[in-house]
Amino acid sequence: MIVAEQKPLDEILALTEGAERVAVLGCGTCVTVCFAGGEKEAEVLAASLRMRARVQGRSLDATHGVVQRQCEWEYLDAARPSLEGVDCVVSLACGVGVQAMVERFPELRTVPGLNTKFYGLPTEHGVWEARCAGCGDCVLGLTDGICPVARCSKSLLNGPCGGSQGGKCEISPDTPCAWHLIYERMEALGHLDRLAEIQPPKDWSPGPSGGPGRIVREDLRRGPPPAEESEPAQPSSLLAS
Amino acid sequence: MSQTDARSNLERVLESGSFAVTAELGPPKGADPAVIRRKADLLRGAADAVNITDNQTAVVRMSSIAAALLAQQAGVEPVVQMTCRDRNRLAIQADLLGAWALGLRNLLCLSGDHQTFGNHPGAKNVWDIDSIQLLKIMADMGDRGVFANGEEVEGEPPRFFLGAAENPFAEPYPYRPFRVAKKVKAGARFIQTQCIYNMDRFREFMARLGDLGLLDKVYVLAGLSPLKGPGMAKYMRDQVPGMDVPDEIVDRMVAAGKGIDDKAERSKAFRAEGIRICIEQIQEVREIPGVAGVHIMAIEWEEAVRPIVEGAGLLPRPQPLPGAAEAG
Repeated sequence: MIVAEQKPLDEILALTEGAERVAVLGCGTCVTVCFAGGEKEAEVLAASLRMRARVQGRSLDATHGVVQRQCEWEYLDAARPSLEGVDCVVSLACGVGVQAMVERFPELRTVPGLNTKFYGLPTEHGVWEARCAGCGDCVLGLTDGICPVARCSKSLLNGPCGGSQGGKCEISPDTPCAWHLIYERMEALGHLDRLAEIQPPKDWSPGPSGGPGRIVREDLRRGPPPAEESEPAQPSSLLAS
Repeated sequence: MSQTDARSNLERVLESGSFAVTAELGPPKGADPAVIRRKADLLRGAADAVNITDNQTAVVRMSSIAAALLAQQAGVEPVVQMTCRDRNRLAIQADLLGAWALGLRNLLCLSGDHQTFGNHPGAKNVWDIDSIQLLKIMADMGDRGVFANGEEVEGEPPRFFLGAAENPFAEPYPYRPFRVAKKVKAGARFIQTQCIYNMDRFREFMARLGDLGLLDKVYVLAGLSPLKGPGMAKYMRDQVPGMDVPDEIVDRMVAAGKGIDDKAERSKAFRAEGIRICIEQIQEVREIPGVAGVHIMAIEWEEAVRPIVEGAGLLPRPQPLPGAAEAG
């Protein structure tokens, strides 16, 4: 799931500056599961904003609501009635949800209430850890199911660096060394010979480095594709080298 | 070295009010220093400074800083180009400390073309910082002697003559002058523009810079690129986003080869017309208020620069003052 955490209250309040009627809109999917932006969090945030605004002498009415999935346009229509007369929406969704709101309700001001952190899972109650970096070209088949792109601080592909100590990463004693984990797993599975292979430089172009992601499935697309498909790519400038 | 001596030839020429000329030198896709020296021979005395591109169009080439030093040793003052695509803020600052230590004085700060266009499209890009942040970091380093994190630079800090690029022909057009303002605020002392073919739009752009009060604060060098033939003109008109090549320019290039059957002769005629057009463009931009010089981008055609500068009546170039290119 997408894991997020709430922004500080004062930052959210500042983002709503000038608004008198604010709606806090939660999302019923990933951020509900990670306790950052579900209905309960939306309700608590709305109450906190009202109280904090009152302390600051600012007139602010804050209501709350939730949609099942803020990251799909059609799910947002359910929220339309509750957004009547609202000056500003605080979206408690991931960054996808915030932008889906802006796209569905372009006349509305929508601001983010969360910081979207990573794709991950809970490892114990109250602890979430990253598992995937969305690199676009999965290497888990090479590493026996532990991702060095997301979980090695340097995204190394050829084994642990010199900073691996006691199974931990050099950047923090709370961070497991992904390559230590991979090594132990390969050893258990009798795959250590795989570590001898030199992994060539990774092709990063299927991921964020290659530009904003876009997938087209012609078998699922309805109707004819738009007339103008992308132009042949050329550098944007000759001067900028 | 006193602060005065640290000023580059380009800075002195611009400050003196002379109409400046810069050109471009593309490093080789190899490690042969002779390539730089050969190109330097073509450009020496024809330009006040010469931009050394940094992995231009995301194609791996000899390092800009190394090639700049070779050019400087060959008597051509370089403008080091630094893009943000390949290095993070640590590498950029480190390399630029080195560039200054080697005696390089001019720096053009660029975002850089996306690696998708180059010869290593699978590379991970960096863009830890952007060109405007880079300008600010290097301006602060020069003015306040600090790194990007606020820590003090040991000893005399680098004080590069800082430049930036702007494309008057990229959309949204009304925003472009404001982006120049932002770059000037960040520390740019000179601007080199994208290749100009649409003179009306460039005039409009310069007028807006004037409205924003920028023309007293920054030297604008009009970017010009001589055309080698109608193919290049059409390619730039049709294929390169952010390039605005009017049809009459393409038509002139086509007409230049009419009735010439011999391929080599035709190519010669095309190139002569490309040089002629460029000379006319120089005359035109000289008439536009605020244009402090020209930046001639003769891409892999360094031979064209001297006849263009000469044809425009801009030779001889002001003599470099003692100390201007003494380092290296």
